[in-house]
Amino acid sequence: MNTQEPGMTLIVKTITRLTVGLILLFGIYIVSHGHISPGGGFAGGVIIALSFIHIMLAFGKEAAFKRINQKAASFFESLGAIMFLTIAILGMVSGYFFLNFGMKGEPFELFSAGTMPLSNIAIAFKVGSGLFMIVVILVLLKIDKKEEEK
Amino acid sequence: MLELQILLIFMIIGALIAVKAKDLLSSVIALGTVGLGLSLAFLILKAPDLAIAQLVVEILCVIILIRATIKKDLPFSTSGRWFFNTIVTFVFLIVFLSFAYFCIKDLPQFGKPIMKVSQFFLNQGLRQTGATNLVSSVVLDYRAYDTLGEATILFTAVVAVLAVMRRAGRKK
Repeated sequence: MNTQEPGMTLIVKTITRLTVGLILLFGIYIVSHGHISPGGGFAGGVIIALSFIHIMLAFGKEAAFKRINQKAASFFESLGAIMFLTIAILGMVSGYFFLNFGMKGEPFELFSAGTMPLSNIAIAFKVGSGLFMIVVILVLLKIDKKEEEK
Repeated sequence: MLELQILLIFMIIGALIAVKAKDLLSSVIALGTVGLGLSLAFLILKAPDLAIAQLVVEILCVIILIRATIKKDLPFSTSGRWFFNTIVTFVFLIVFLSFAYFCIKDLPQFGKPIMKVSQFFLNQGLRQTGATNLVSSVVLDYRAYDTLGEATILFTAVVAVLAVMRRAGRKK
């Protein structure tokens, strides 16, 4: 076991380098096709968060923060919440709260079902960055504890 | 239904191993197999949305639990008030089973739900919302207000974790 470098062994790092892009891509697919196929904002957001957590477990927390730092995560969380509320209140303008005012479109098309894809993306931002933040907080707590013991 | 029963037996065995294992890490892994079995059960019962969410959240929880337990090998304390605990467990089991006996009699038969409300969504969902994923159309259109509440719960959870775990809160 190499204790100098942060993170896990070489095998885990190599596999992570190969798979983490595919995991992120699959999360984006689940989010963007949430209104057509099974999935949706919650599951896709968790998959996107898991791809960053995967980097953090394999390479240490600095490598994950290079890609998305805490400020960006909190920005995305707020962005998701505000996007979702904006969609809700825009529905109020032309009718009632959460009116699906967009174009219905053809079934099975990517751009269909009105505001649903936008809501999915908003929830994915919110859930993904929120869960990433929770894991980051728990991991930072462990590192702090280790420093206190030293 | 046979595969569902096999899965249920697998999950019960996994849960028993999770309770009985001496090592904390193997207990967490056994708990992960229970979650995997539950997601497979959802898949067999034709709920792929739920299966995806269950699998993904299970992976996240197992990662957090392993991350929290990987460095310390805490032995379980099995000694102590086992007599009192066993009595309480049996009392609660008897109360639960006797209430369940009266409740389960009135439930609809397994696999034959009462389709009073959900039949409306099945008939009208595609025409009214244009989404082919009916679960998504319920979550984000008919019941979007509930989803807003769910998002609020998650936000509150993040804030609560931050409040409990922040450096100032842990000083003795």
